[in-house]
Formats: sequence, C-alpha cells, structure tokens
Amino acid sequence: MKVRARDAKEAWEEDFESAPSRDDGVETSTISGIPLAPLYTSSDLPKREEELPGQFPYTRGIHPSGYRGRLWTMRQFSGFATAEETNRRYKYLLANGQTGLSVAFDMPTLMGQDSDALTSRGEIGHCGVAIDSLADMETLFDGIPLGDITTSMTINSPAAILLCMYIAVAEKQGVPASVLGGTLQNDILKEFIAQKEFIFPPEPSMRLVVDSIEYCAKEVPKWNTISISGYHIREAGSTAAQELAFTLADGMAYVDACIERGMRVDDFASRLSFFFDAHIDFFEEIAKFRAARRIWARWMRERYGAQDERSWKLRFHTQTAGVSLTAQQPELNIARTAIEALAAVLGGTQSLHTNAMDEVLALPTDKAARLALRTQQLLAYETGVANTIDPLGGSYFIEALTDEMERQAEAYFKRIEELGGVIPAIEAGFFQKEIADSAFRYQNELEQRKRLVVGVNEFKVDEEEPIEILRIDPQLESQQVARVRDVRAKRDEARWSKSLSQLRKAAAGTDNLMPYILEAVRAYATEGEIMNTLVEVFGIYTERAVI
Amino acid sequence: MPAPTSVRPVRIVLAKVGLDGHDRGVKVVARALRDAGYEVIYTGLRQTPEMVVDAALQEDAQVIGLSIHSGAHMTLFPAVVEELKRRKATDIVVFGGGIIPEDDIATLKAEGVAELFTPGTPLQGIVDWLRSRFPEGAR
Repeated sequence: MKVRARDAKEAWEEDFESAPSRDDGVETSTISGIPLAPLYTSSDLPKREEELPGQFPYTRGIHPSGYRGRLWTMRQFSGFATAEETNRRYKYLLANGQTGLSVAFDMPTLMGQDSDALTSRGEIGHCGVAIDSLADMETLFDGIPLGDITTSMTINSPAAILLCMYIAVAEKQGVPASVLGGTLQNDILKEFIAQKEFIFPPEPSMRLVVDSIEYCAKEVPKWNTISISGYHIREAGSTAAQELAFTLADGMAYVDACIERGMRVDDFASRLSFFFDAHIDFFEEIAKFRAARRIWARWMRERYGAQDERSWKLRFHTQTAGVSLTAQQPELNIARTAIEALAAVLGGTQSLHTNAMDEVLALPTDKAARLALRTQQLLAYETGVANTIDPLGGSYFIEALTDEMERQAEAYFKRIEELGGVIPAIEAGFFQKEIADSAFRYQNELEQRKRLVVGVNEFKVDEEEPIEILRIDPQLESQQVARVRDVRAKRDEARWSKSLSQLRKAAAGTDNLMPYILEAVRAYATEGEIMNTLVEVFGIYTERAVI
Repeated sequence: MPAPTSVRPVRIVLAKVGLDGHDRGVKVVARALRDAGYEVIYTGLRQTPEMVVDAALQEDAQVIGLSIHSGAHMTLFPAVVEELKRRKATDIVVFGGGIIPEDDIATLKAEGVAELFTPGTPLQGIVDWLRSRFPEGAR
C-alpha cells in the first residue's frame, strides 16, 4: 500500500508538471503572501495527538458541542446620528432577530470630547452615535432591558467612562451590575499600533485598562472587560499572520500588566476576549482563527501558569473585512461578506458582524443593514455549516496552514520580545512600519495586477449605478450641541464639581479610578469633562508620524 | 519621466484632517508620490485646517492633499480652502481622498477642491493627475 501511494503521488506530480498552467500573472500565494502548494496530501499533515473541540489546546473550538450547543451571536455594529435615532435602529434590529447589541460611537465620543468642542464640528453622528453624558446613554437604551441582553461597546481611550455610563443606566433600570453581560473594546494597545484613537500616553492608558479589568472582576463579573483586537490592525493593512501575532502579543501585554498589579491570572483571564477580521482569503482566515486558539491556550497554560480551563480558552468576535469592500459595483459586497462570514463560522467564532454592502460609502441604510443580518441567518439556518464541529479539521491544507500561521506568529513574538515588549515596540514604530509595509506591498500588487479585485482593476463597468445611502442630517449637530448644554445647565452643580475634583485627586494617586468615574457619570459630568480632568493629570500622547 | 533637475520638484503636504485615525490610505499615497519623484511632507493625524495651511506655507508647498474617513469632509475640506483664502495662498492646489459619496464631490469641487480620489483609485491615477497639473515639475 505504502509503495503504491508514493507512486501515485509521483505520478500526480508528473501529470501536474505537464498539464497546462493558467498564465494570467495573478498571484497564487495567499493575500498575505504565504506561498501555497497546488496540492496538500497526508504527508503535509502534522504529526500530533488528535485534537478535539472543548479540549486543550482548543484548535477545533472551545465548546465540546460547537454550534450544536448554541449558534454564534449575531451582533451587528450599529450607531449613527443621535441616541434617539440609534435606539430606533436597535429596536428594528432586535425585532428582525438580532441577538445582541453593538454600539458604534461617533468620532468625538471615541476621542473623548463633547459635541460642542471646536474640533467636533462636522463629525457629530457621522460614524456612530453621539454620546456626551449619561442623559444620552439613557436615551440610547430606552425601552431595552439591560438585564436581558448583552451589549458590546466599541470604545477605547474613554472606555471606562462609557462602561460607567452603561452601569449607571442599568442602575436606573433596576438592574444590578453583577448581572450585566457584554463587552468593552478597551484595547488601547491596538490604538497606538493601528487605529490611532489614543489620547493619553501608553502608561496611564494601561492603568485605566487594568483599573477596569480589576473593577469588573469584582463588581461586573459577567462583563468581557476587553476585546483584544486584530480587526483594526488588519484593516490598516497588516497580513493575517501580523494580525494574529500583534493581537496575541497585545493580549499577553495586558496579562502581564494585570499580574504586575497583583491580580491572579485565573481571576481575570476568563473575561479577556478577542476580535478578529474575516478577510477575503478564505482558507487563510480559517487557519488564523484555529491557530489563535491553540497559541493562546498554550501561552496561558505554559507561560502564565493559568490553571482554570476558562483562562485557556480564546473567545472571539469577528467582523467581515471592511477593507475588502468596493465602492465599485457595491452589490458585490454582499457576496464578499457572505464568504468572509462563512470563514468566520468555519473558524468557530463566538459572535459575528457582517458588513452591509453600502458601508464602503456611508453608514448602512435600514435595508442594507437587514440584508447583512439576513446573510448570517442564511448561513446559520440554510447552509448546514453549523451542524458539524470544525468541519475542516483534518484537512491536509487547513492543518498545514494553521501550523504555518502559528509558526509565523511565534517568530513575531520573539522579535517583539527582543524590542523590549509591546510598548517599546510601539514607541519604536515597529508595528506601524510593519503594517505600512504590508499595505504598500498589497497596493502595488493591485497596481501590477498580481491581485485582481472584481470591479476595481478587472471586470469593470463603464457606468456605475448609484445606490441609496444613509445621509446624516446636518441639523442634528446643533441639536446635539444644545442637548449637552442643557445637561450642563440642569445638573446638581455641587455634586458635579465634587466628583471631578475627587477624580483629579485619585488620578494623581494610585487608587482604582472606576468608582470615581462612576460617581462623575452619575453626577452628569460629560464625557469631555471627565477626559479633560484626566488629561490634566496624565497628559496627551502625540505620535511621531512614520510613512 | 523624472522631472528635469533644473526645476524644483513639486512639494506636497499630505494631511489627515478630522478626528479619525485611519492612516492606511494617506501613508500608501505618501510612499507612492515620493516614489514618483515628489517631495512629500506628511503632517500626521488630527490636523485642523489652520495647522494644515501653516504646514503648507512653512514648507513652501504647491499642493495640499487631505485624507479623511470620518464623514466630516463637507465641513473640513472647504475649511482648508477658506483658510487658504484668508491667508492669501489660493495658489496652493488642494486635493482630497477618502470615503466621499459621489454627490459630495461636485459640491466640494465647486467650493474649490481641485480633485477628489475615492476608494479603488489606482495610485497611478493620482500621479497622472499631478503630472497634468504640474507638467514642468514646479510652479
């Protein structure tokens, strides 16, 4: 048998060599540049003990029952204009079968400034919902019982403030913090690396992250305190292996920081969560997700000595790749997103956002947002892909590619360690340059037609048909400015002023800042006021721009 | 074709205006323009219109390229043009790139933005446009 098998492979090799080959100049490596063989066979299968779902190192999934136990959470990232408008969109999505909320904030909110700040002009409500104070947050979740739903909030530098606002809204609904479920992005390291929504320097930024992790471990135990994100790293132009490596390296930096604070790894590690991109190179993405689980489990058990199994399990959210969408023939984005979503599902994601076809142009319309959600429902209920756990496990190709991802990630961990760790590597511009190099390489491959994007550099149409897009009413800017001024005018001045001065004092010391921020939020201090108070103590960070 | 050595290469200030930090596009464009022989000064993130015009005047640039992905282009691009008028520097050509809906492009051009490049534009398209604006490589 053995001899025959070898003969058969040799025969195939000869046949392959003599067969005609497509000669279109298009790359056969993955979109990240990993060279691929035309065929993988049993000889490519790594020699290792059988891996099973729900068992260390969780390559095949963290749950023994996969999606048979429960499907992924369909969590569409959404927010625009004012809290009232977004509240309406949330109720619409919930009525259409969405199973979790995910808040998108506008740029001023993400950058910790109020709607009436000078540099907020033109930005209010454009790429998310404008939240200035607890009053807006009350409106945002009006009629949505926070005890019955989980909510993800994509916010970083001011993350602690928005979490406190959520806790305070729940209090008003009579829901105790101890039952609240959801996720705070709260991942400042990838902001310095890729998305660049930093405000404070790295050290106080890390303090705020650790403060929130430490606080939630006691007070909000069901909350995912951080969503360690590769998404923005990938969207900024990294390869799949860079996304994987930089994200997990960030994760380890947070673990180190919490341990340094004096926490036990098993007291917080199970509430760390991750967030990855699902790009268009189908198999590479599946391999990336599988490798992520295996690497994390190993590092948590072996390097950090975690003993609780829950600390070993990498749980992640996925969003399909915004950067893969095209403004040209935008309906094609529905097909791209479906394929990317399938990769996320085959990779075992815990929750998923599917982009709407028009998101390359603006925030999605109601119709486009519903189509995106329907794509997930179609995957879950029509295609049968959720019936078998890790259906690609054991594929010669997928297993080899999973190992390759792991190998490349480990090589990056070594380089980061040689640079002194994540923060020194950020300060040296290491990640930023690696990402910019990858982005430039890819763009050049497009220019040289080594990569084809349908509708962009091939299969173009002469006349693009315009599609309907969501417009943000310019009037709402003045409405939101009026609202925040109204909040300032009506609040209890003495309580407000005291809360901020106590926060300032605490920031200069070493106390956990969460209770102070919570009190300021309850006193209707605005987001901008709380941030400015912290800036007085922490200062701001300026990046040295590297091309 | 490289610019003749006797004339000064065109200097371009590239800037990210607005609050978003999406700098992938501007960095790729910066490298491509540099490789095409232009002198490129990249200001970095979160530049106000005043800061952008300051940089262009200090650097004696002939061109300002603005990048934005937050949706605030209708406010910030015209604000840069206005600031140039105020500083009597309207000879500086302004172009922009980012997620800019078709309808907004005509309005921005009417307000004095010379050209807008949207997602999917080949880098060569930007270079070709600059070559047509500055055929001698200098003012």
